[in-house]
Amino acid sequence: MIRYTLKRLAAGLVTIYFIATATFATMHLVPGDPLAGKKALVPEIRENLQRKYGLDRPLPVQYVVFLGNALRGDFGISFTQRNRTVNEIIRDHFPVSAKLGVLSLLFATIGGIAFGSVTALARGRMADQTVLFLVILAISVPSFAFAGLGQYLLVDLNRLVGFEVLPVGGWGSFSHMIVPALVLGLGTMAFFTRLMRSALLEVVHQDYVRTARGKGLSPIRIFLSHELRNAVLPLLTYLGPAIAAITTGGFVVETVFAIPGLGRYFVQAFQQLDYTVIMGLTVFYGSFLVLMVIAIDILYGIVDPRISLAGDRR
Amino acid sequence: MRRRARNLFGFLAAVVLAALPAAARAAKVVRLAITEDPPQLDSTRASDTVSSFILGHIQEGLTRDGPHQDVVPGMAESWEIRDRGATFHLRKDARWSDGSPVTASDFVFAWRNVVDPATASEYAFIMYTVKNGEAVNAGKLPPSALGVRAQGDHVLEVEFERPCPYFLGLTAFKTFDPVPENFYRAHQGRYGATPADLLSNGPFVLTHWDHESSLVLEKNPLYWDAKSIRLDRIEIPYITSDSNARLNLFRDGSVDFLEAIGRDESKRAQFERLPMKSFTVGALWYLLLNHRLGRPTANAHLRRAIQLAYDPREFLSSVIGIPGTRPARGIVPSWVEGVKETFRQEHPLDPVLPDLSEAEHELELARAEMGGRIPPLSWLTFEGAGSQREAEYFQYVLKTRLGLEVVIDKQIFKQVLAKEYVGDFDIAVAGWVPDYADPMTFVDLYTSWNQNNYGAYRNARYDSLVREAQETADPRARTEAMAAAEQIAMRDLVILPLYEDAIVYLQSPRVEGIIRRRIGPDPDLTHAFVVDEKRPGA
Repeated sequence: MIRYTLKRLAAGLVTIYFIATATFATMHLVPGDPLAGKKALVPEIRENLQRKYGLDRPLPVQYVVFLGNALRGDFGISFTQRNRTVNEIIRDHFPVSAKLGVLSLLFATIGGIAFGSVTALARGRMADQTVLFLVILAISVPSFAFAGLGQYLLVDLNRLVGFEVLPVGGWGSFSHMIVPALVLGLGTMAFFTRLMRSALLEVVHQDYVRTARGKGLSPIRIFLSHELRNAVLPLLTYLGPAIAAITTGGFVVETVFAIPGLGRYFVQAFQQLDYTVIMGLTVFYGSFLVLMVIAIDILYGIVDPRISLAGDRR
Repeated sequence: MRRRARNLFGFLAAVVLAALPAAARAAKVVRLAITEDPPQLDSTRASDTVSSFILGHIQEGLTRDGPHQDVVPGMAESWEIRDRGATFHLRKDARWSDGSPVTASDFVFAWRNVVDPATASEYAFIMYTVKNGEAVNAGKLPPSALGVRAQGDHVLEVEFERPCPYFLGLTAFKTFDPVPENFYRAHQGRYGATPADLLSNGPFVLTHWDHESSLVLEKNPLYWDAKSIRLDRIEIPYITSDSNARLNLFRDGSVDFLEAIGRDESKRAQFERLPMKSFTVGALWYLLLNHRLGRPTANAHLRRAIQLAYDPREFLSSVIGIPGTRPARGIVPSWVEGVKETFRQEHPLDPVLPDLSEAEHELELARAEMGGRIPPLSWLTFEGAGSQREAEYFQYVLKTRLGLEVVIDKQIFKQVLAKEYVGDFDIAVAGWVPDYADPMTFVDLYTSWNQNNYGAYRNARYDSLVREAQETADPRARTEAMAAAEQIAMRDLVILPLYEDAIVYLQSPRVEGIIRRRIGPDPDLTHAFVVDEKRPGA
């Protein structure tokens, strides 16, 4: 198990190296000048700024310098917020995205399991059809539409009731997180619902379920300890990528609800050609994604003893 | 049971309802939403409007922008302005927020810092009016050669590079603000990064700053004029670039003020009868035309044909669609002051009316000069919805009315700037926001030495007229020279002036006294106050 983990981590490092290199190359291929501002720069000042960010050196040298600094965990100073380092930006804003991400994942998982169970149990009936329709809606409508609509309706709700039921935007307390987390988790929740439904429908016809029924177990007991437990496994596989997708995909939700998360930086950095922030965030998120996938794979082996981790003896 | 539950709920709601407005009413607090985190609160380096807005409330220069678009005493209580220099007498009760006095040497330190090439300040050019500013900035002289000296703690002597009748207005500009030397050095490289790395000498102090999330400005008890500041606090609990989200925050009553709303939001605001106001900002928007050799737009007849083919009124109503926007006639907007009246009143320009047959005639001349064929025009634009509409309007107008092909070259903003800089375009829409209240901020834009002359217009006569205006202190002679330069610019069509912009904004009736500005920190809440009788929110 330890050997397996180490092997996966080593492979992960190589993956991150390739992610970083590819990002570095494409970023410099994007036309544009990160130092360009609305007012023209005096040549002397321009040279000073180029020196400050190391842009005066040839690209291969910049690449080597970047790799050296990245190994020491130093991603430099942001181009747009000139007295903040990329590390400070990650330190200040990742926890926000993470909190929001965890809550929305919680919504998505609980909602996905609940709705998935409802649809599977009420297969072909009204409840099933309604939920499936909503699922398709939630998967196909982009999150910015839900975010905008959700916020708009929240304003009307607050007005109607006469006091603030939930805040319309901002960050600070748990109540600020609820609506954005719901919006952010909606797509994943819908996906999980479908996944849960098909897994449950498959499990229902398994021999051990029939045996349990034959033994005269109560339907609730059968559902909880035989059907649900086995059907939930595929969900676990998607949890890793879903965590990464939710914590990185928060750009729209973070902007609409004025939340100071890292997702906003991700998009803004590309628009502003903020080289240091682009590289820092890509490496950070790349590592995060790789770690999540590895963690879920290990967890998988623990939850389901039948799955042996590669390299272990059976 | 059910009835009781409802009663209980009603009671709770009544308590909350009664408590909320009362709490809000008691505090003299205004809440805002801003579009982005202030990128730079070191006044010697700041170059954007959001930073300028914050700095305008927490710092103060020798003078400050007054309530009537005028300049009033700030750190300096009196001054003498001469042709070649000025003397400022600082008030003795001016304090930094740590209690230390604001001295003349704080100004000397800050100003030298601005022009020091090591600082790499983007706004260093505005200090070229001070003796040796440009030479220091180019690294030809040491920062100590800058024409500013402290005589004791309370007298600041300034030498001008050349006569500068608008210098007093410049001293209210953030780049000329003082910086506390010892504090700055103690926080080397971090000055302005957090509230703890910043001192205030203005009406408010930055007490809280959570990046990309919230800021709080509290009234500064040490400010010399604290008695005339009526707000206790300015809260900025929301930072978002989404204009729809900002509108929702206003509709909800979460904020009292929105500095500007877009075309689509203003329709909804009108529908919901939100308290709308409008302000003519007066920044000049124009078609930037490329005068470099070999470019089709280098042909004067083609430029004229484009001007005659489009209808400014149609453009404003169907493409811009913000009430209060005015067609522009020259290179200087209509609100800029001249000697006694506005520059435009003293030096009128006739409006150019669309004239299709004349346009076709000019086009024929252009075609003949260019060897019978006019290549497709490259229209540089970025991906914003407004820029897109402008480009498509002109593409349609030039195609249907003149038979000209326009190829839209859509780029990210940074690439638009880079392409403008090297001249890789024929036409682009550009705007110029003035840095000081003088026609010169618009006129010197097209001189051969100006870095921002992206169209690379070159005219020796134009250059010499601008130099003439810059070398004289006589107000009449310099405005005459600038007016003559404008005549040349309009005859040559150095640019094609489109419009002077306006904004629609929202202000809750519970707040009054917010000043909008064309130059300097905008909006200005220094003298804002809360109207007690009204309920909070919109």
